[in-house]
Amino acid sequence: MKTSLPLKVLNVVGLIIMVAIFAMPFIWMISTSLKTLGETMVFPPKWIPDELIWENFVSAWNSGPFLQYFINSVLVSVGILIFQFITVIPAAYAFARYEFRFKNMLFSLVMVTMMIPAQLIFLPVFLNLSDWGLLDTLWGLILPFATSAFGIFMLRQTFKQVPEELLEAARLDNSTDFKIMMKIMVPMAKPTLITLGLFNFITHWNDYFWPLVMTTSEKARTLPVGIAQLRQVDGGVAWNILMAGNVILVIPILIIFFFAQRHIIRAFTYTGVK
Amino acid sequence: MRSVKWRPYLFVAPAIIVFLVFFIQPIFYMIYLSFHDWNFISPDKTFVGLGNFKELLSDPMFLEVIRNTLMYTFFTVLFSISIALLMSIWLNKQGWMYSFVQGAVFSPHIISLVSIAMLWMWIMDADYGLLNWVLSLVGLEKVPWLTDPNTALSSLIIIAVWKNIGYFTLIIIAGLQSIPKHLYEAAALDRTPPWRRFAKITFPMLSPSLFFLTIIGILDSIKVFETISIITKGGPLNSTNTLVYYIYENGFIFFKIGYASAAGVILLVILSILTLLYFKVLSKRVHYQ
Repeated sequence: MKTSLPLKVLNVVGLIIMVAIFAMPFIWMISTSLKTLGETMVFPPKWIPDELIWENFVSAWNSGPFLQYFINSVLVSVGILIFQFITVIPAAYAFARYEFRFKNMLFSLVMVTMMIPAQLIFLPVFLNLSDWGLLDTLWGLILPFATSAFGIFMLRQTFKQVPEELLEAARLDNSTDFKIMMKIMVPMAKPTLITLGLFNFITHWNDYFWPLVMTTSEKARTLPVGIAQLRQVDGGVAWNILMAGNVILVIPILIIFFFAQRHIIRAFTYTGVK
Repeated sequence: MRSVKWRPYLFVAPAIIVFLVFFIQPIFYMIYLSFHDWNFISPDKTFVGLGNFKELLSDPMFLEVIRNTLMYTFFTVLFSISIALLMSIWLNKQGWMYSFVQGAVFSPHIISLVSIAMLWMWIMDADYGLLNWVLSLVGLEKVPWLTDPNTALSSLIIIAVWKNIGYFTLIIIAGLQSIPKHLYEAAALDRTPPWRRFAKITFPMLSPSLFFLTIIGILDSIKVFETISIITKGGPLNSTNTLVYYIYENGFIFFKIGYASAAGVILLVILSILTLLYFKVLSKRVHYQ
């Protein structure tokens, strides 16, 4: 079936409008981040600044202990990633490949936990962390996410698909269970692990709620919390500086998205398309 | 299977311990706290029975918070799904152009809500914002999006829908692609008109995806916090105060721990009902064939 030319043009115009609605705000963000304060306050707005003010990024960075925030963000995101691999891989392996008492009960516990959002339990966890002296520390941001129900669920599916003959062969060679897990299971699950890693890294890099609630001083705050505080500097809003701060926050994620789009989309849509 | 008996327990132990300490115990602790009066500083927690719940349900502000949360959730999910449904039918095609558009539409989903909140606060700025400029291009008046109690909640819904649509669209596209082609071939032979094809094949076959999105959408919207905390702080005039922000405010700003916990228990009940519904339908996951 041939589509007529006007319809084709209409289709492309529609697609362009769609992209504009979703991508334009980011371009607007970058444009604002390079303006003078005066230029942000003109109506109708200007898309291209007369002069590119790169100093806005320096001002944003220097308006708080941003190096500290940045280091904290990296430590928290990477720390969570490492802990999750340590706890998720063996748990998923056990759920996929062993029969043991209480298995179903324990797996139900995993599924239930998957449905408990941080927004439900933050208050009691805050009180616990405060009792244990972990409030306002990086541990308080890492340990609650030291494992992932979603990760166990997803990796278990992958481990279940590994053919039993491979494991039998390894057992004949007298490999230990731990070796089988690391040498056979993990390499076969590499795509799933990459997917999971990306999902967790992005989720915790972006997270604002947990670090906001669990920190009381600058020493454990992460980048999103630091950026959100930029606004409280003085009465008026310096949109150019604010947007510069947000560009710093967003650019790493957009770069990762650009290079690993397929993986990331798979990671975030996994539960939905299964 | 050859193995030491305790090995699987050793393997699941670290994960289970984290779940018990950071997810399960807090739930019970919260329920316990909801029956007490406590200001976090004093050493004593006074038992008040159902006092906190009575106070909550008779507080007109709390009822407004519930209303806001339900309105926000209902309209966010409704608009996200209906717009995504239309877009997915449009974008469900092969070729670089379509995969590029899909990627662009999806991109807000992986951006920090901090940036999304601030960006939209700027876009919706009454005086110099982009959105009012777009309105002025088509000859409309400026709208005080986020600063007017009549429009603030709707503005937050717009932001949420904008963020959700890409994700929703990709899930529906995956659903569309799993519909067997022979159904459409049969319909083509019967010369079934397009709208009937949609009503009799596409929509029923999509219903598992749409159900999933409805639940995920509700779970996600009902716990909204970031945009409210950054943009409106519940205002103006309490018009955007929602459940999680209310819990946060009472717990962390007013130190009414018991009262905040009682509000938390109400959220727990809502989430439990949704979760049960979700698993119930998931377990019998009917395919309409």
